[in-house]
Amino acid sequence: MSAPSNGGASRDGYGRALLRLANDPRVVVLEADLGKSTKSCHFRDEYPERTVSMGIAEQNMMIVAAGMASSGKIPFASTFAIFTERAFEQVRNGIARPGLQVHICGSHGGIHTGSDGSSAQSIEDLAIYRSIPKMTVMHPCDDISAEELTVQLLGIDGPSYMRTARNIVPRTYDDESKLGLRIGEGSVLAEGEDVAIFACGVMVERSREAASILQKEGVNCTLVDMHTIKPLDEDLLARLSRQCGSFVTAEDHSVIGGLGSSIAEWISTNNPIPLEMVGVKDRFGESGGTSELMEKMSLTSEDICKSVRKSINRKNVP
Amino acid sequence: MGDVDAGRIAELEEMARLCRVDIVKMTNAAGAGHPGGSLSAIDSMVALYGMVLRFDTNNPSWEDRDRFIMSKGHASPAMYAILHQMGVLNEADIMGFRTLGSVCQGHVDMNWTDGVDFSAGSLGMGLSFGLGCALSARMDNSERKIWVMVGDGETQEGQIWEAAMAADFHKATSLRAIVDRNRIQNDDFMGVQMEIGDIGAKFASFGWQVKEVNGHDMKSLVDVFQWADSSDFGPIAIIVNTIKGKGVSFMEDNPEFHGKAPDNEELERALEELS
Repeated sequence: MSAPSNGGASRDGYGRALLRLANDPRVVVLEADLGKSTKSCHFRDEYPERTVSMGIAEQNMMIVAAGMASSGKIPFASTFAIFTERAFEQVRNGIARPGLQVHICGSHGGIHTGSDGSSAQSIEDLAIYRSIPKMTVMHPCDDISAEELTVQLLGIDGPSYMRTARNIVPRTYDDESKLGLRIGEGSVLAEGEDVAIFACGVMVERSREAASILQKEGVNCTLVDMHTIKPLDEDLLARLSRQCGSFVTAEDHSVIGGLGSSIAEWISTNNPIPLEMVGVKDRFGESGGTSELMEKMSLTSEDICKSVRKSINRKNVP
Repeated sequence: MGDVDAGRIAELEEMARLCRVDIVKMTNAAGAGHPGGSLSAIDSMVALYGMVLRFDTNNPSWEDRDRFIMSKGHASPAMYAILHQMGVLNEADIMGFRTLGSVCQGHVDMNWTDGVDFSAGSLGMGLSFGLGCALSARMDNSERKIWVMVGDGETQEGQIWEAAMAADFHKATSLRAIVDRNRIQNDDFMGVQMEIGDIGAKFASFGWQVKEVNGHDMKSLVDVFQWADSSDFGPIAIIVNTIKGKGVSFMEDNPEFHGKAPDNEELERALEELS
């Protein structure tokens, strides 16, 4: 698939999706003083009567959303990814346990967020929400896919968490290719036989770069945008584990508990093939420019290439 | 207001007595549970369910019912007792309290029990949930009122005050908090653990209307709840001054019975006192 040239930040896709969802009168939006950042501000401008400002009080916001869901609304609540974590127990006990349809969006996730530093760089959100029964967990890679997947959330009868990113990245999708996106189905961007790379969020674009470098070396990669971490697309994993025989995962998230872990859990009990994980190695981030931070945390396309070579080599170890 | 006849009050007092019998029996049968805070809250719940709350026992999920949010979810025996006395649950249901597969879960759970509007168990969340219900009711142009039962110990949770702030800011006129002021929490008296002081003044400072009543005087409870039900000026907090374990002498004002069930001998004594 050829990449459209323009860029977009996934948070902008979330903001546009809310406007598209406004046709459904059940949809309400909650924000915690970060609407300008998460992009729920556009919905607020158009539909102030269906937007609830909760102030800097995330725990209250999550359970107000739960109360609204119990009364027939479909709330979309957003703040920074890191601050959703403050209300983890509210999400667990007050939203997911009763199975209420509340959709949470955590923006500015990951190291990619940059100079705000470690307090703002959520690298464990996917892990903690993945551990909650009944939750759908997503991390789209660009604005177009974020918009499409957010719109599809209306059809999910249960809670969800979606991480979006702050910064603009080159787009992976266009108006045509986005039509193939489905929550819960990995999006195969390229087919190859040597290795399958599963990436989410901003690492999808880096994985595309890596695949292109590797192709010049004669390595044919399957590349999957694993925008849905839970439920895990097990059918795709089964097919690609047979087709490729080695896996690499790439995420702007801790290697503990995220996309890499979820695939490690699957292969260890289904088809134990080599797996290499690109992600944050059990440490906190720090302030800096996005590119230099991604380099320091070993989250570059070159890091993905190294992991691919290693994973393929391990196939040959008896 | 104030025109409820003495006969009706006597009926409600009898219903409260039957609820107390249910509470001690079901906690004894389960060998676990929280009788103390159930016995302190039950008179308020009887006054509310008996005289004020709009709901349909034959259709507990009626969309336009008033909501009752049991935020102090450990006082589930009080919730099950009232639903039993209202005819939503039967004797076998409540005597299965806390057993595998029972509709009466350890803490109140909206997915397990008809007539329960909130899944509680973690303190501090019910007022926020009630606020969400109140905001939705307004969007739907519904007249339904939202009542939330909060424990006094529970007000140590910061989220209660986040909700108090937001309810005033959003002019949640249909929201009603009942604060069960029994002055005891899990480990000991609040004065030992963490005394919060004048709860009513704190709600008032957040812009709430506040009333304070004797939480075991049925006539006063009915009067104040009827007033709050008919008022369009919310949010309203009603501080009900209560005695933990009320109605069973050895449980009264006794922190030990916050989370301990009566054994067989204690049950016998309790039933004697409640007969």
